[in-house]
Amino acid sequence: MALPFFRPTPIEPPADIEAASLRSDRFRLQRESDWRRLDGIVTALERNRPRRISDADLLALPVLYRQAASALSVARETSLDAAMLAYLEALVRRAWFQLYGPRSGLVAWLRGFLDGGWSAAVRAIAPEIAVALAIMAAGTLVGWLLVASDPAWFDALVPGGLADARRPGASRDVLLATLGGEEGSGLLVFATALFSNNTAVAVLAFALGFAFGAPTVLLLVYNMAGLGAMLWLFVDAGLGWEFAAWLSIHGTTELSAIALAGAAGLHVGRAMAFPGARTVLNAGAQAGQRAAQVVAGVVLMLLVAGLLEGFGRQLVTAPLPRATIGGSMLAGWLALFVLVRGKDR
Amino acid sequence: MKDWRARRAAQRAHWRDQRRELVTPEGIDLSFRLASRGARAGALLLDLLMVFAGLVVIAIVMGALGYGAAQVGMEVGEPALNGLMAIAIIAIFLGRFGYFLWFELGPRGATPGKRALGLRVAARPAPDGSGRRLTAEAVIARNLMRDVEVFLPAVFLLSGMFTQTGVSGAAACVWLALFALLPFTNRDRLRAGDIVAGTWVVEHARAKLAPALSVSAGERPAWRFGEAELSVYGERELTVLEGVLRQGDATALRQVADTIGRKIGWQVGEGDECAFLDAFYAALRAHLERGLRFGRRKADKFG
Repeated sequence: MALPFFRPTPIEPPADIEAASLRSDRFRLQRESDWRRLDGIVTALERNRPRRISDADLLALPVLYRQAASALSVARETSLDAAMLAYLEALVRRAWFQLYGPRSGLVAWLRGFLDGGWSAAVRAIAPEIAVALAIMAAGTLVGWLLVASDPAWFDALVPGGLADARRPGASRDVLLATLGGEEGSGLLVFATALFSNNTAVAVLAFALGFAFGAPTVLLLVYNMAGLGAMLWLFVDAGLGWEFAAWLSIHGTTELSAIALAGAAGLHVGRAMAFPGARTVLNAGAQAGQRAAQVVAGVVLMLLVAGLLEGFGRQLVTAPLPRATIGGSMLAGWLALFVLVRGKDR
Repeated sequence: MKDWRARRAAQRAHWRDQRRELVTPEGIDLSFRLASRGARAGALLLDLLMVFAGLVVIAIVMGALGYGAAQVGMEVGEPALNGLMAIAIIAIFLGRFGYFLWFELGPRGATPGKRALGLRVAARPAPDGSGRRLTAEAVIARNLMRDVEVFLPAVFLLSGMFTQTGVSGAAACVWLALFALLPFTNRDRLRAGDIVAGTWVVEHARAKLAPALSVSAGERPAWRFGEAELSVYGERELTVLEGVLRQGDATALRQVADTIGRKIGWQVGEGDECAFLDAFYAALRAHLERGLRFGRRKADKFG
């Protein structure tokens, strides 16, 4: 069924070419219907309705584009019809955007991304990942040492709302109880909220890299100092293994993701601070696109981490299974980054 | 001293110039006009308004569903209500990250706000001037930066308004101002996201093909113009004349006909303006285009 307003409007033949008194107008009238045909195809592409383009039109598209482009360069040198030049320039520009626009749809991009694109981007920022991990380790150590020297630091490093029962001086049983799981249907909300918050932090770590990476370092140190403080608290109570297992089930994924996001920020910051032979803008753009790919993957990892934390940690309560899940997740991510190399990479 | 002034004036003109060129793989120069900062701010406001309106609608629907659930006797923590809550969190998340990404990844390369103002995102050309593809990575990068540029300070600012903490509000203002002023500090009007993604925002209006003007030349009385009469004007004047003819406003036609008549020493009778200007346009264009074919360009009446 063809509705009248979806039917393509037929291209009207141009006015009598011979009646045109100017050579440039004859030039234009001879080509006008081709331009209108190109216009129709480009409009369909812009509206994201490629199925409305007939096969013949699709085959003719490159030819029509080249013809319009060469007509434009001829017209610029021979014609003074400003309206026609403006139209032709806009048409060629629109066609250029469609022909040389994003190569693929979202699904095709995602496939290439998972099949090598992401892991290649991660491997490319390996030095920054090492730096980010070192900073995170240092942050954890700082948190540990501060709280070990004076437990009053705990409140400064761990936001109060999260800490609740977990405070310096709490008994071993109270602490152990916080590592348990809970049954219930609130887990979905918990998981989505965790995912949403963690993603915001990861994006922040990437975006702050713009200021030459310094805020990213601070963010990593601050977040990890809190973890160091918690670690001290539980180790002090003799619950080191339980806490590590509790943390690892989602932590291996989440901390790797945070490390990657921080490394992405540092990558951008480093490229802009030390662009080398490139201009700052060029270096920033190259690094930014690579880092964006890493961060897109980080979002995926945080989704997994949110599910693991929201559901997995609450339903699996024994330390050993938790640690096993956490360890195998880490191994899985590492394998993905090291082993997956797309066909054309 | 004078030299320095001239150089500064040239720099300023360069700064104000909106045209940017790139070379397509076919070797065609394509020119673009950079979007003005005002248009971009307007587009952003429109988009934020749309996201906000969408979230309000979702909040109202959620509220109605929650109220209905409470009427039925559901308690907090029941699976259905939790599902609603999760959907709400995801909706906010998508409004924050998904909206801009989804639209800028589409074939138009523009959010509805940008489209409304005739703008789109494009990749900056390579250093040698050749055009580049807008990649998905670039769009992701520029929109991840948007979170720090717009959403975070906005949230700080809003929360500062409600909790009355002056320090965080002031910090958010400074933050927002730094990012908002960034497009004023560079020639290509790049915001932080554009710098990191290698993109810029250009005007992207569609043009309609106006009919050819010289086609109706046959039926009008023969006006003949000599070399001397046609050489008083250049391309700039021709373009202005074309605009006047295409608009067809009677007073403007009369004025222009009088001006040209005075200049070339002709008396244009009442009611003859249109025919006279049509003929003069065709003759002037033929004259100037002939010059073009011989490699002579006459930019304006002074040239």
